[in-house]
Amino acid sequence: MDNAVFQWLFAWLPELLQSLVWIVILIMAILLPLLLAVAFLVYFDRKIWAAMQLRRGPNVVGPFGLLQSFADGLKLLFKETLVPAGANKGIFFIAPVVTFSLALIAWAVIPWGEGIVLANLNVGILYIFAISSLGVYGILMAGWASNSRYAFLGALRSAAQMVSYEVSIGFVLVAVLVWVGSLNLSEVVLAQSGGVGSWFVFSHFPLFMIFLISAMAETNRPPFDLPEAEAELVAGYQVEYSSMAFGLFWLGEYTNILLMCAMTSILFFGGWQAPFAFLDFIPGPLWLMIKMAFFFFIFAWVKATVPRYRYDQLMRLGWKVFLPISLFAVVAYGGAALALGRV
Amino acid sequence: MKIFRILKSFLLLEFAKAHWLTLKYFFKPKVTLNYPYEKGRLSPRFRGEHALRRYPNGEERCIACKLCEAICPAQAITIEAEERADGSRRTTRYDIDMTKCIYCGFCEEACPVDAIVEGPNFEYSTETREELMYDKEKLMANGDRWESEIAKRLADDAPYR
Repeated sequence: MDNAVFQWLFAWLPELLQSLVWIVILIMAILLPLLLAVAFLVYFDRKIWAAMQLRRGPNVVGPFGLLQSFADGLKLLFKETLVPAGANKGIFFIAPVVTFSLALIAWAVIPWGEGIVLANLNVGILYIFAISSLGVYGILMAGWASNSRYAFLGALRSAAQMVSYEVSIGFVLVAVLVWVGSLNLSEVVLAQSGGVGSWFVFSHFPLFMIFLISAMAETNRPPFDLPEAEAELVAGYQVEYSSMAFGLFWLGEYTNILLMCAMTSILFFGGWQAPFAFLDFIPGPLWLMIKMAFFFFIFAWVKATVPRYRYDQLMRLGWKVFLPISLFAVVAYGGAALALGRV
Repeated sequence: MKIFRILKSFLLLEFAKAHWLTLKYFFKPKVTLNYPYEKGRLSPRFRGEHALRRYPNGEERCIACKLCEAICPAQAITIEAEERADGSRRTTRYDIDMTKCIYCGFCEEACPVDAIVEGPNFEYSTETREELMYDKEKLMANGDRWESEIAKRLADDAPYR
């Protein structure tokens, strides 16, 4: 708010409105690049996927097909919004809004650099965890309000899957935050300062693997994309959606994936910090973006490699493998933290 | 041995191998043909759009023997013939209903003078159905347009006939 340009532009406003405008500007500074990035991520996703299948991928719209996502978005915008006759109209349209806005508000606590964060919450991890748990409501509402068998089954699966994997994600987070001794995401990053060696990916490698795989399940990415398994459920909970209502689901899904990439970078790969001291000249936000892009590549890579899990396999992996391991990890890392005098 | 199996699945060895494989494919040259700009190779026997050919002196080959009309399993060909002023037998009408044609190639095999042929062209979609009712004029125009390629195809295929 003490920015000179801002003062010059908005000094005439009352104090309260000034702070409101300032917050809106900050939110836009995060959201606009984010949505732009999502558009390009969809493009990169398709390109990576295509390359691994020896295809070229989108290459017609704009140079190298870079504008493909914008063409798709524009097409969606001009399509007719269909509402099924038996649908609960209100909930049917609230569902994509819920999914999309929940995907966006989590970004408030992501630290882009030392002090560069919209809301430096002391309970940042808890906040993110709460928001990502709420994400299941959008899907449930969509599946229920569509009044369609496919949508309903997809939503059921999605709800069960997200709840199951949230448990192990939760335990991984607990193990990390016990080690750090803080729920603040900036503190988590600062605890990993000192170059590549002190990143948690090495000291917490099993947790990192569990987190990465659970993040894929949490965001309904292949190989855990059962909610929209096109072979059996057509498109799962999205089946009745068209036009921008579908577009919002689509944006929300990719924003969530990007959020998980950011979380992985922050929790295990030192967030905004450079891996080596001589690379410090590259600004922090850029480092976070590079790391997120790397994890997005991994997400796309896995999508291109692994076939979809069967539903019982998915549940078995979540409850019988990840839950015991992450539960044990909480005890083990907690004990180690106590023994090392970190707590 | 069971311990090895458990170890293998715990260390995600199969996954690592699979991802290494896909990563190798990621850097391989792509096999996609950029269609309107790149096209696949066509066999000399490829049966595409029909054409009526001429002799090098410009005289039309077709002698209205109607063998093609007779053999056509889809009955897509209609021919009417009359004696021309110089006394030779020529067609006054040679129509092919391209919507009926099944591209079997019997017409070109039946033709004793290599007049009707199926050329290399497969990009002749139209916006109306009527445009696919080819008449003699259209077929002759096709022959003039594709003659060099048709002649080359016939020459390439001749040793195997």
